[in-house]
Amino acid sequence: MTSPQPRIGVLRFPGACDDRDALWALSALDAEALFVWHTETELPHLDAVLLPGGFSYGDYLRCGAIARFAPAMKAVAAFASEGGLVLGVCNGFQILCEAGLLPGVLRRNESLSFVCRDVPLVVERTDTPFTSRCAEGECLTIPVKHGEGCWFADDALYEELETNRQVVLRYTEPVNGSRNDVAGVVNERGNVMGLMPHPEHAVDPLLGSADGALILSSLVEAARDRYLASV
Amino acid sequence: MRAVVLVRPKDGILDPQGQAVESSLRQLGFAVGEARVGRIVDLEVESNDVTVARAEVERMCEQLLANPLIESYEIELRGDAG
Repeated sequence: MTSPQPRIGVLRFPGACDDRDALWALSALDAEALFVWHTETELPHLDAVLLPGGFSYGDYLRCGAIARFAPAMKAVAAFASEGGLVLGVCNGFQILCEAGLLPGVLRRNESLSFVCRDVPLVVERTDTPFTSRCAEGECLTIPVKHGEGCWFADDALYEELETNRQVVLRYTEPVNGSRNDVAGVVNERGNVMGLMPHPEHAVDPLLGSADGALILSSLVEAARDRYLASV
Repeated sequence: MRAVVLVRPKDGILDPQGQAVESSLRQLGFAVGEARVGRIVDLEVESNDVTVARAEVERMCEQLLANPLIESYEIELRGDAG
């Protein structure tokens, strides 16, 4: 018997641009991926949700600040509060921070320049649903492409996150001015993660690196486990 | 009633945009100290009651106009000047 495909929803906001890549990548990694439009007030039955990259609502005001009030985001918050798996990539990360589902905020890159290149990352934690296929301390190469990826938390918040081990991915070289080179964080419960690099752009060696598949296949596997536990 | 909301980077928060403006001004020969860049939101609020209007705009700031982690805000109310 083949293992069942978990259902993973890819949220679509106006101004998203990586939604199709995310859908393609999740499908290639053996998930049943489907789009969820931002005006939906309820999510279909899903085992995980992915918030893709892009420029939702033109990044007006602050990146993610408008998208967080989309009707579908209320449903995502409810999904997350029940322990549902949520992964935000780039703009998705920004939205989750603005929504208060993840700690910190993403600001304009310190250089004020848009950064678009492959970056080296180190995996700090493998006991999350998003990194279980990685090895602790493993170095991944995944591309970034953002103008506002400078993650910030004040001293008190940052200390709290370190104590809770909520930093999951770190750049191993300066990329955007992020505090302590943070590239990805999880919430305290460990079921919501955001990262600036784009794993969906790195699932095939033809594209330069397949390291992103480690992140996304961890998610697919965790979503499948949740599905199997529910039947 | 009109409300002008000034949103600025909190004290102590690095403001690379302000730094870029500051260095450009220096290159132009102006003797400037620290420059910081914020944002103005001009609003028309329905209420003409100052207390009500202020409370309402404050809620707007908390929910949407400013991110309390990095930004502070000031609200200025302007009565109908006709």
